[in-house]
Amino acid sequence: MKVLSGLYYTKDHEWVKVKGNVASVGVTDFAQNSLGSIVYVELPEIDEAFEAEDSFGTIESVKAASDMLMPVSGTITEVNDELENDPSLVNSEPYENWIIKVTLSDASELEELMNAEEYEAYCNEEA
Amino acid sequence: MDSVKKTALFDVHEKLGGKVIDFAGWALPVQYEGIIEEHEAVRNAAGMFDVSHMGEVEVKGKDAFAFVQNLVTNDVATLEDHQILYGMMCYEEGGVVDDLLVYKLNSESFYLVINASNVDKDYAWMVEQSKGYHLTLENVSDRISEVALQGPVAQEILQKVVDVDLAEIKFFYCNPNVTIAGAKCLVSRTGYTGEDGFEVYTENENIVKVWETIMEAGKGKGLKPAGLGCRDTLRFEAALPLYGNEISKEITPLEAGLGFFVKLGKDNFIGKDALVTQKEAGLPRKTVGFEMEKGIPRHGYDVVVDDKVVGVVTTGYFSPTLKKNIGLALVESAYAEMGGALGIQVRKKVFPATICSKRFYQKNYKK
Repeated sequence: MKVLSGLYYTKDHEWVKVKGNVASVGVTDFAQNSLGSIVYVELPEIDEAFEAEDSFGTIESVKAASDMLMPVSGTITEVNDELENDPSLVNSEPYENWIIKVTLSDASELEELMNAEEYEAYCNEEA
Repeated sequence: MDSVKKTALFDVHEKLGGKVIDFAGWALPVQYEGIIEEHEAVRNAAGMFDVSHMGEVEVKGKDAFAFVQNLVTNDVATLEDHQILYGMMCYEEGGVVDDLLVYKLNSESFYLVINASNVDKDYAWMVEQSKGYHLTLENVSDRISEVALQGPVAQEILQKVVDVDLAEIKFFYCNPNVTIAGAKCLVSRTGYTGEDGFEVYTENENIVKVWETIMEAGKGKGLKPAGLGCRDTLRFEAALPLYGNEISKEITPLEAGLGFFVKLGKDNFIGKDALVTQKEAGLPRKTVGFEMEKGIPRHGYDVVVDDKVVGVVTTGYFSPTLKKNIGLALVESAYAEMGGALGIQVRKKVFPATICSKRFYQKNYKK
């Protein structure tokens, strides 16, 4: 299982990479591995605003559909359209293939998230 | 997972890296390498499944035939020795107790193979229905293990390790005296994938060596261990029903489109009157196939037309073989016309779907 340092992580197995006021959000290696072959990623609309923990989209494996939850509050600025054509990119490179980009409405929410060490420990507990 | 039952192959699954889940009270692998990889192995080469969780009941005695004939919807009188048929056990009201395979070993000995999740219920039902018949019923599920070897090269692989000519076991026939790795096995040309293949039954103590012997024979032939995940996608593409999805206590075999396996011309069977009445009155609901451009249908999603719920998705997937979003749905008969437009409620949105043939995948049986 791969965990990258320098990112924030959620208990729902999403990663957050912050640059200025914009956060890229994807799902972790642990998540893609437990989902198995991903066959569909349902993306939100640009300019949609969400609160932290709102469902912003769905990721579907052969077996099941799972909600993706906002790690922080914010407004969608970009979605990764490439995943509509090839959702398996999330399996092959989970940290390269961000799913959404959001402008943060409250940067202090990031403090609620885990760092790489904490997330790794969290996964080991779950597994 | 302490309360779940383990099959005799549990350690083998762990060693192979199977992702073990609780399935109907059994610890079984949903996948090893991946559902899609295993699905494709079965379609293009071969896959082997541990299906030891399935239940087996032996019916023996001079009334065995009469009992089974009354118990199931299909016509057991048509069977030769060692031939098999598929059918349902129904309630008097026409709903389904379970679907099953009936193996006729001889006119006084039948072998019934039932779903894992229904074993206790089914066995109790059989015992209740057997009153007045001269026979013995034995639930041998706990001592019998089963593997299913499925796919276009299944025969070539299995032939290397058996002492009989598999070409002589025709589609839906069995040989109850096959030796594999020194173990006595019952081998039938049956399965649940839409491909040619075999199911192998033996005592628990033999199954590990049977599995390993077949795996060894499949080396270089593309054989993969296959989990329950692809078992479901494979059977679904071939429109083979699953109890709890396409059929249940609340869904009759006629509504499920399984009339071929219900012989209403037979003297009698449990549920016959209700099914005859339903057929004469016209079916209230029908099972249809559908496809959709956007949105993946899933078991339990509502079917919606003009803001009204007119049915339910019984099974749906992004089909690994066809690379399309397809499903089976039980809908009010007025909405069941071929080519008709349906809506499928996928979370907050309704996506359009078109009714199509249920034969998503053309079965590839050797008959």
